[in-house]
Amino acid sequence: MTSNLIPDLFHILKSHFGDAVIQSHLSTDLLNIEIQPESVKEILLFLKKHPDYDVNFLTLLGAVHYPEQENRNFAIVYHLHSWSKNIRFRIKAFLPETNPTIDSVVTIYPCANWMERETYDFYGIHFNDHPNLKRILNEDDMDYFPMRKEYALEDQSREDKDDRYFGRTQHNR
Amino acid sequence: MEFKTKYKEEIENLNGELATINFGPTHPATHGIFQNILQVNGEKIVSSEQTLGYIHRAFEKLAERRPYNQITPITDRLNYCSSPINNMGWHMTVEKLIQAEIPKKVDYMRIIIMELARIADHLICNSVVGVDTGALTGFTYLFQEREKIYELYEEVCGARLTTNIGRIGGFERDFSPEFHRKLKSFLIEFPKTFDQFDQLLSRNRIFMDRTKGVGPISAERAVDYGFVGPNLRAAGIDYDVRVMNPYASYQDFDFDIPVGVQGDTYDRFMVRQEEIRQSLRIIHQAYNNLPEGSYKADIPEFYLPPKEEVYHQMEALIYHFKIVMGETEVPVGEVYHAVEGGNGELGYYLISDGGRTPYRLQFRRPCFIYYQAYPEMITGQTLSDAVLTLSSLNVIAGELDA
Amino acid sequence: MGEINEKVINGEGYQLTTLDKAVGLARSNSLWPLPFATSCCGIEFMATMGSNYDLSRFGMERMSFSPRQADLLIVAGTISKKLGPILRQVYEQMAEPKWVLSVGACASSGGIFDTYSVLQGIDRVIPVDVYVPGCPPRPEQIIDGIMNIQKLVQNESIRRRHEPHYQELLKKYNISLNDIQPNS
Repeated sequence: MTSNLIPDLFHILKSHFGDAVIQSHLSTDLLNIEIQPESVKEILLFLKKHPDYDVNFLTLLGAVHYPEQENRNFAIVYHLHSWSKNIRFRIKAFLPETNPTIDSVVTIYPCANWMERETYDFYGIHFNDHPNLKRILNEDDMDYFPMRKEYALEDQSREDKDDRYFGRTQHNR
Repeated sequence: MEFKTKYKEEIENLNGELATINFGPTHPATHGIFQNILQVNGEKIVSSEQTLGYIHRAFEKLAERRPYNQITPITDRLNYCSSPINNMGWHMTVEKLIQAEIPKKVDYMRIIIMELARIADHLICNSVVGVDTGALTGFTYLFQEREKIYELYEEVCGARLTTNIGRIGGFERDFSPEFHRKLKSFLIEFPKTFDQFDQLLSRNRIFMDRTKGVGPISAERAVDYGFVGPNLRAAGIDYDVRVMNPYASYQDFDFDIPVGVQGDTYDRFMVRQEEIRQSLRIIHQAYNNLPEGSYKADIPEFYLPPKEEVYHQMEALIYHFKIVMGETEVPVGEVYHAVEGGNGELGYYLISDGGRTPYRLQFRRPCFIYYQAYPEMITGQTLSDAVLTLSSLNVIAGELDA
Repeated sequence: MGEINEKVINGEGYQLTTLDKAVGLARSNSLWPLPFATSCCGIEFMATMGSNYDLSRFGMERMSFSPRQADLLIVAGTISKKLGPILRQVYEQMAEPKWVLSVGACASSGGIFDTYSVLQGIDRVIPVDVYVPGCPPRPEQIIDGIMNIQKLVQNESIRRRHEPHYQELLKKYNISLNDIQPNS
């Protein structure tokens, strides 16, 4: 029975949520399911309460920035794990670049609290209904979101290290 | 006997006034750089607020700049008390992405090194719990044992703490005869010192009074807060990545998973003590059954070819050049690989777009996720208990901030 | 009378030296360090304090965690920009004479972390006396750094805070000796 859980997952979700579930893709090791960002809370709650899936653990929550894609610039990735059935899979929701917002899943998995704050700190994704959405790892008065691809790794105002000796110019990747 | 003093009335009226105490960021008892602002009523903690990020080194952005084999040194600095586990986890992630076939001998060698690292991590945590309760002797004895583990690392890779051990595809060289000799003597001598430390604290009346009921967490709340590793096992749930999703041939080994009952400091201490014994058991089994074979996989695109071949064969020369310049070709894909670190499930989420550096590398850091539960664990406890809970959680600042 | 004279001629009872040397000897062998350990170098520092590479034979048995009671500030580990003001506050709270030992590549120059959030060396915020390179430095290297500090301490003038080059150094860092701002 457990060996059918992953192949059936997409169909079960599609039959329940219809258009909110867009597509599924088998990556190198896990199944990825792409959903509409508006229905992330109901889908995660459904999977948590479903007796066959019983997804009790949110392993990781993060974001990826794709600057070149149209309207699908930020991917919010939820890694889910069910301990009783021993299955793992990913749920992805894509957001546009201007004003990216998505619901917070803190009420379903309290461990998402700081993971969402970190995603906000690095990428500027706004999570609705988050109890305390402010920066966590960087300084509070930082005015940009450092993990976005357009910003450089180094502090551009440093004078003691010459980029030419590191094999890169100021605007090199 | 009633407390007779002319300030009796003032003391009674203090009930309800809260004091704010700043616990950190540079505090000797926090064993790391993070800040807690505590609201206390007398000695009892009412609420607390946490600030982190004082050692944020931007690992994830740094990883987008570096080729795959150059990321190993930065994974070292995540949980620096058990850096070989971080290194091997990263190598296994890349091997999962390129779908490489790893020989059995490499798996067994990796298990020996990873279990040594787990012992080293738990030794630090338990001796520090002892120091925080006032038992300073345990620290000096156990750090001597850590020196022996450092010598074992030095035989393999040359470094003591931030090891950068192994390569994608195996190890840089086979275990030397000196390593075998040192490991044999470690396996004989270490349990004696460890038993002495155990005798000092495990059934010590004062230690038990000091740590039982301190910083408890129930199993349901622990799962909600994303607990993994020894802290979760102390709460009663036997989740271990080595058993749930075995990697590096852990399924061949016979070991137990210790669990606690209440999830308090004493349970966490005892779970770590028992895990050290189980790790010794695994090392014995791996060492006695070390298979014959190669210490490296046959993946010339990632593993430096031998120098003789580089001077005589064209492909070996090209592979050597590409690996050293960081121009290796990786398939497009995304993987998530988790290993059981000293603190629990350490995960690597890697997205590759075929370039020389990862497109995105995210670390699932167990400390960062379970440290959220700290305010709930210390509410209602006294200030000294808060200090002890913090050190028994084994929060490592490098892993917290990354 | 004759007995007492013999003792004096044989050298027991008093010794001739300069005050500088005597004070230097006393200071250098009883430094109280403040271990400001942030990351991996902190663990190597703990190993130096342990029994294998004993640090207490240099007189540093008692680690002072209060800056007011410390002579030597040992900064081991990466210092991020968020921690810079705190490091400076700790340095300003220490009483003269004070020395700073920067342990590790990250504290000396930012190390391998040439990123937006890491301070590229603590000498951006406080004056440093001895740098110990390494990532992390072996305990023997840290001990070498401490012995260099001891040499400095032994040979320095006891009126260090009034010397012109020291005053200029502090002016460069905007640290004033006399008043400590509570909110700086």
